[in-house]
Amino acid sequence: MTLLQVRNLTIRFGRKVVVDDVSFDLDAGERLGIIGESGSGKTLTSLAVIGLLPEGAVVDGSIVFDNVEILNRSDGQLSSIRGNHIGMVFQEPLTALNPLMRVGKQIAQPLRIHRGMRMKAALARATELCERVGLPDPERIVRSYPHQLSGGQRQRIGLAIALACDPSLLIADEPTTALDVTVQQEVLNLINELVREQGSALMFVSHDLPVVSMMTERVAVMRSGTMVELATVSKLFGGARHEYSQMLVRAARQSDDEFVRISEGGHR
Amino acid sequence: MTELLRAHALSRTFKLPRAGLRSERSVRRALVEMNLTVNEGDRLGIVGESGSGKTTLARLLLGLDIPTSGTVSFLGETLPLSDMRRFRRQVQVVFQDPRSSLNPRMSVEDIVLEPLECLAVDEPHSARIDEVLTSVGLSRDMRRRYPHELSGGQRQRVAIARALAPRPRLLIADEPVSALDVLVRDEILALLANLTENLGLTMVLISHDLSVIARLCDDVVVMQNGVAVEQGKTVDVFRAPSHPFTKTLIASVPRLPEPS
Repeated sequence: MTLLQVRNLTIRFGRKVVVDDVSFDLDAGERLGIIGESGSGKTLTSLAVIGLLPEGAVVDGSIVFDNVEILNRSDGQLSSIRGNHIGMVFQEPLTALNPLMRVGKQIAQPLRIHRGMRMKAALARATELCERVGLPDPERIVRSYPHQLSGGQRQRIGLAIALACDPSLLIADEPTTALDVTVQQEVLNLINELVREQGSALMFVSHDLPVVSMMTERVAVMRSGTMVELATVSKLFGGARHEYSQMLVRAARQSDDEFVRISEGGHR
Repeated sequence: MTELLRAHALSRTFKLPRAGLRSERSVRRALVEMNLTVNEGDRLGIVGESGSGKTTLARLLLGLDIPTSGTVSFLGETLPLSDMRRFRRQVQVVFQDPRSSLNPRMSVEDIVLEPLECLAVDEPHSARIDEVLTSVGLSRDMRRRYPHELSGGQRQRVAIARALAPRPRLLIADEPVSALDVLVRDEILALLANLTENLGLTMVLISHDLSVIARLCDDVVVMQNGVAVEQGKTVDVFRAPSHPFTKTLIASVPRLPEPS
């Protein structure tokens, strides 16, 4: 079943075209990666899906989510979808969280808004969610402010907020780029586990090919606003068609080989 | 082998701000009793996560900060030398983000000229600028450009050219590719590999990224919470890590699927 259908998505700022005629589908429960360098339009594509494009962006095309056209809808119309059917995790958890609000309350917010839960019940659920995203001592965590938590803990909170209402689509935009490698590994494993458990689809935006290939089954490669290739991970690594994807694969392969050569003596 | 730089029992402690009016100031031990030797021709990697003390170490090795205890010595003399210009001519640095390490009001030519003038380098400056720009893969017509007119990779090449201008023997690079896109990152790594392999430049490379260290460094120091938990040949440390933290670090590197 197609959950998300993006057709001929074009985003402009004035005369500048930043996303050019991008189309792709995402099935329910599927995991899709979007990879590209800075300025490739990968983040804007994902923001368009959740209706969070910056002011001044002119959007054309069509985005159908769950059989409803959502492009150019008003904020009011989108708010029943955002945080409810589509959850989003951002790169920098410190800026994504409200510094003045205890994190428990921030996790409770979508539950109160979309599920009409009372504060007490929502907070109890927030504590459960903290436990589910692997935070130790959830009773204490829900009473903390973001600055009292580590980067990895904050990103887990971001994940708890995004998943609070059991969304059918989770969008993660560079969710581990700001984290240390060992923490990155934990958070990636957690996202994988939660998405599978919940059966939600995943749109995983990143510049990091090894990470994307670990997290998804299909990858869309973007460059200067265009989607140059959309292929399964194995096809991409088996024989990418576009020159640019080939370059990305080669670069990733080279550094992986180097790592293998050093760490395993060349034997896989 | 000439010993260029040596850190002996190097420690740096920072006083933290008071948590409250009545509370005592606590301290953070950013670097604890670090010992390190850099010989001519070495390519030494320093790896660790954020807060592990890598950058504190770099700043101390560069004489940009004063240790709480312990010493850094250059060619056997303890820092600071009476003539720090002599030190700076021979030990140069490249920082992570060229956007902030290059002065936006200066042209490429002036940026590269600055160390030649400040360090009173005794050779024709203009010819040296051309030469060093060529060696980092930039053409002469870049001289009049300003940093904002350059791509991220070109900016980092300018930063490397500036560091190389006074013909240093040792280059300290602190996360030189972390702010760059994947393909550009690859080019800069190839450039650094070329400079160290072919020009015999000695390098201390600081990175959180094990694949960068694997590619460029013969020796490695693994740091955690200000302590060097493991050091040795990169091959040995990566193949048979002995410290649990090193093991976790190596296991955390995202890997590609098997080639089909």
